[in-house]
Amino acid sequence: MGYPPEILLEAVANGLLMGAVYGLVALGLTLVYGVLHIINFAHGALLTLAMYAAYVAHGAFGLDPYAAMVPLAGLFFVLGYLVQRLVIGPASRGDDSNMLLVTLGLSIIIENAMLAIFRSDTMTLRLPYAMSMVEMGDVLLSLPRLIGFGVTLLVALLLFVLMTRTDTGRAIRAVAKERTGAALVGIDVAHIYAVTFGIGTACLAIAACLLLPSFYVSPRVGNAFVLVAFTIVVLGGMGSVTGALLGGLFIGVVESLSGLYFGDSLGQIGIFLIFILVLLLRPTGLFGARA
Amino acid sequence: MTARETLPILGFLIGAVLVSLFVTSNVVLNFLVFTLILAIAAQGWNLLGGYGGQYSFGHAAFFGMGAYVSAILQQRFGVNAYPAVAFGIAAAAVLGYAIGAMVFRAGLRGSYFALVTLAFAEVLRILANATEITGGAAGLLISLNLGAGNLQFADRSSFLILGAVLLALAMLITLALEKSRLGAQLVAVRENESAAAALGVDILAVKLRAISLSAALTGAAGALYAQYFLYIDSNIAFGTWISVEALLAPIIGGAGTVFGPLIGALILQGLSEGTKLLIGKIPGLDLIIFGVLLILVVRFPLHRIPGLLAARWRGKGAP
Repeated sequence: MGYPPEILLEAVANGLLMGAVYGLVALGLTLVYGVLHIINFAHGALLTLAMYAAYVAHGAFGLDPYAAMVPLAGLFFVLGYLVQRLVIGPASRGDDSNMLLVTLGLSIIIENAMLAIFRSDTMTLRLPYAMSMVEMGDVLLSLPRLIGFGVTLLVALLLFVLMTRTDTGRAIRAVAKERTGAALVGIDVAHIYAVTFGIGTACLAIAACLLLPSFYVSPRVGNAFVLVAFTIVVLGGMGSVTGALLGGLFIGVVESLSGLYFGDSLGQIGIFLIFILVLLLRPTGLFGARA
Repeated sequence: MTARETLPILGFLIGAVLVSLFVTSNVVLNFLVFTLILAIAAQGWNLLGGYGGQYSFGHAAFFGMGAYVSAILQQRFGVNAYPAVAFGIAAAAVLGYAIGAMVFRAGLRGSYFALVTLAFAEVLRILANATEITGGAAGLLISLNLGAGNLQFADRSSFLILGAVLLALAMLITLALEKSRLGAQLVAVRENESAAAALGVDILAVKLRAISLSAALTGAAGALYAQYFLYIDSNIAFGTWISVEALLAPIIGGAGTVFGPLIGALILQGLSEGTKLLIGKIPGLDLIIFGVLLILVVRFPLHRIPGLLAARWRGKGAP
């Protein structure tokens, strides 16, 4: 329709690559939902925080975002653990609407702390490889996005191993399925909640390092991702890890194509409309089965 | 609703009139008018969220609808301000009903309801930013045409009285709702939806009435905002700031009480101006304090005290 096949193919391919990083952002969100049954409104703000952390790591220590990935993931795991253990857990006392409000409060604090420190300017890292392209057949692919795709798959694989092969993973799955039963057999539920939240936050740190070479940072940048991530999570089925990855790829392609046809500002509407339609028509998601 | 129960609202009105007579500082008047606009928007949120337990994260949709419809009718079609504002309020109510009909029929509640309302507000913001009739990204100016007949006043104290009268009306509506059958059903839905349904409450009808009324009040706040500042754009009218403040004020001041939204709006705006005076203008600092306050209020629900005191003063049967 109007565009030659190479351009369409390129848009789809780049959409898939971007979608993988969306999937990684959504992975953290869906994991937290699946286990803690909370919608973490602070997810976008935590992503913003991670992007600033990677930005500062580059500015202050000369650390390449890809080199900062592992230390930042560790740091953000601890941060997420503490936030859940010390703030969200005690303040919400297990009540659904309290959790919504507490995570909303957290997101307001983080976003505006970044605004107070860094002001509202958008900043970009000027890395030599940011604009590098890789040629694959007829299609030009962005190198940072290609790396992002690969790392996302690796992280998903690691998470799969963690969830199926380790005691912690088994405990997380037990808590997700039956909290009271898990507590009865001696699992420390508060600890598992915090670990899960920490893993979700660590996913964000990795996503931030993958985004930074090709994406700008600003105090509100997380908002651009958070509704996208919610859309993916709803689309893939709340709590479903595979759903998050597939949903991410799908949304990446939708965004890329609607940007091509409708321009960038109206292109965003496509994602929100998908979000509203899925919630209205099939709130359990396209891939998920849980109620 | 007895005469005694309306006394605090009357007291508030008399106080506002006295303030408008004796306060001349434009800074103070400006602060108070803005607080009243927020309190009206928050009262709208309170009807649905405080009494009905349906936490909307997207009341900007209704605020913006009231503001834009009223401004577009005046500016593009030369309609007089009074019918324009009335149409703005009606449009917000219709939008509320339409969103409610879709969302509540689909059975969305809790976090899902919060998310979907947020998405509706964002869709409207993007549309308002991209279409011609709304003035697009440049926004929409209402031409200056002073006079009570055009609902434009040169002095801020007249706006203070206008805002106070509107808020008093909103509080009377809330009080009437509290005492009505609908109010009781709404609280029943908040406390336990399945139990309410089992007792024969028509859940969908109750929620739809609540969201329409709620949207109308918040839409009125939007129309008043446009009338006061004579300028709106998509980030003001449909921006997340108003969704967040309309939710924060009642929760901090006491959700599900008549005076909660006003008390909360006063606390929020007071804190915001206070930090600017004390520490200087650091962007975002006041909002950081709002965020901390929100978490503390959820953690230690002492904030209900002012609302409870007001309820007790109003008469027996305090919640």
